[in-house]
Amino acid sequence: MIEQLSTIFSYEFMRNALIASFWISLAAGVIGALVVLNRIVSISGGIAHAAYGGVGIAYYFGQDPMIGALLFSTVSALIMGAAQRKSKSGADTLIGVMWSIGMAIGIIFISLTRGYKANLMSYLFGSILAVSGSDLRLMTLVAALVLGFVIFNYRNLLAISYDETFSTVRNLPVTLLYLTMLVLVGLTVVVAMRMVGLILVIALLSIPPAIALYHFKDVRAIMLISVVLSFLFCFFGLVISFQTNIQAGPVIILLASVAFLLSSLVRRLHLSRKS
Amino acid sequence: MDKQAVVSIKDLWAGYEADTVLEDVNFEMYQDDFVGLIGPNGGGKTTLIRVILGLLKPEKGTITVMGQQAARGRKHIGYVSQFQVEDKQFPISVWDVVAMGRLRPNPFHNFRLASHDKEAIETALEETGIADLRERTMNELSGGQRQRVYISRALATEPKILLLDEPTSSVDSQSSNQLYDLLAQLNDHIAILLISHDLTAISSNVKTIGCVNRRLVYEGNKELTPEMIEAGYGCPIDLIAHGVPHRVLPGHQYEDHHD
Repeated sequence: MIEQLSTIFSYEFMRNALIASFWISLAAGVIGALVVLNRIVSISGGIAHAAYGGVGIAYYFGQDPMIGALLFSTVSALIMGAAQRKSKSGADTLIGVMWSIGMAIGIIFISLTRGYKANLMSYLFGSILAVSGSDLRLMTLVAALVLGFVIFNYRNLLAISYDETFSTVRNLPVTLLYLTMLVLVGLTVVVAMRMVGLILVIALLSIPPAIALYHFKDVRAIMLISVVLSFLFCFFGLVISFQTNIQAGPVIILLASVAFLLSSLVRRLHLSRKS
Repeated sequence: MDKQAVVSIKDLWAGYEADTVLEDVNFEMYQDDFVGLIGPNGGGKTTLIRVILGLLKPEKGTITVMGQQAARGRKHIGYVSQFQVEDKQFPISVWDVVAMGRLRPNPFHNFRLASHDKEAIETALEETGIADLRERTMNELSGGQRQRVYISRALATEPKILLLDEPTSSVDSQSSNQLYDLLAQLNDHIAILLISHDLTAISSNVKTIGCVNRRLVYEGNKELTPEMIEAGYGCPIDLIAHGVPHRVLPGHQYEDHHD
């Protein structure tokens, strides 16, 4: 077993993928807990899909698609966040619209681009082969930003997540915190996109915290468990993907989904035994 | 008689876009007051609370809290919100909820709570008698215990005014009696404004009572006069429906309900 693993991770791209898994799990686990607790899973999905517009445009103009994705995800996070702050019901429609517009722009610009485009699939479904050195640096940076922001503002974030009105009455910077949180969701989505792809990234953000929420009653514990679970899913996903030659992204997400189903089953049994 | 009002509302109109919910509201409240305001759902209670908390700008008129504009003066208000059903899912301890009362706009202050903040949290927990629940999570508590947590959180802000929104919803009658005893004690040093749709929620402990239904009828009296009921149209519906008008209607005493 150990020998097998050392063979698998003797390949540089697999080592890169493992390091990437660590940084992505750190960012996604921590910010994902806030996403689930604030019930902004749909905004996060909107941000992820809107980012594809940036991928397409950057690709058309011969720029790095990651830069395009970062710009689009940040701008869409701010627009959707501002709309959400104004009216929760109005934002719902806007999220759906921006979700589709981003995808449409991305697809149109990619079809306008001449030449070989097979690797663009990797932005949709992820690719462990795609993780480069500069990607790793970006992932490290995003993980550091997320961790720094959440540690420094932990009590503020807890307050606005739990009771926005009370936080406003206490004159906490609710809008600033909320929008910063969404921008960090956007950055996390973009770096996680390299591993699991835009379409599946929302599962990586929401499933580990959802499992942790079943079994733990403290937000810090939920964040920690989410990071650990997310890393385990990525690790075993990579190993299975390497041995079966199936793409890593879907394997990771399917592992997470199976864990989620088992976990809710365990919880249901536990609850029914109690009552 | 030049005491300063803790909450002062003058000729206030408020609502949402074209929809005016509150008309021509005048209201003054002082440091020793314990005011109960009742009104039917949709009568503008929530709008009144939002205006007092500076969350909604009035269309016309003025509102001051401790002599300042509501958005500035609200730091003196200990707001006791209603417990929302969805809060139940949120994994948070009693201590962490009460700690929200110590947060300030300055993020450096909130990064590490100082020892005097922690002392204030302990004091607030003790004042409502829930110090032994500090480690528990909110979803393990009864309705009455949760209400005490929210009062503790409000007390942790060291308020001049306590503003309670439907304090007895999801609280059984025994807990709600204890709640009123607690509020009567707190009224020694804090002005209390209590707003509810439920007439039974307004106990004999309140010092004065008023009616809110588009207009606010408040004359600083303990009793709900027929004139107030008529002017505050809509109020009598709740009054009759709950079948306990003798609590606040003139000419009756409430004594026989005490145990």
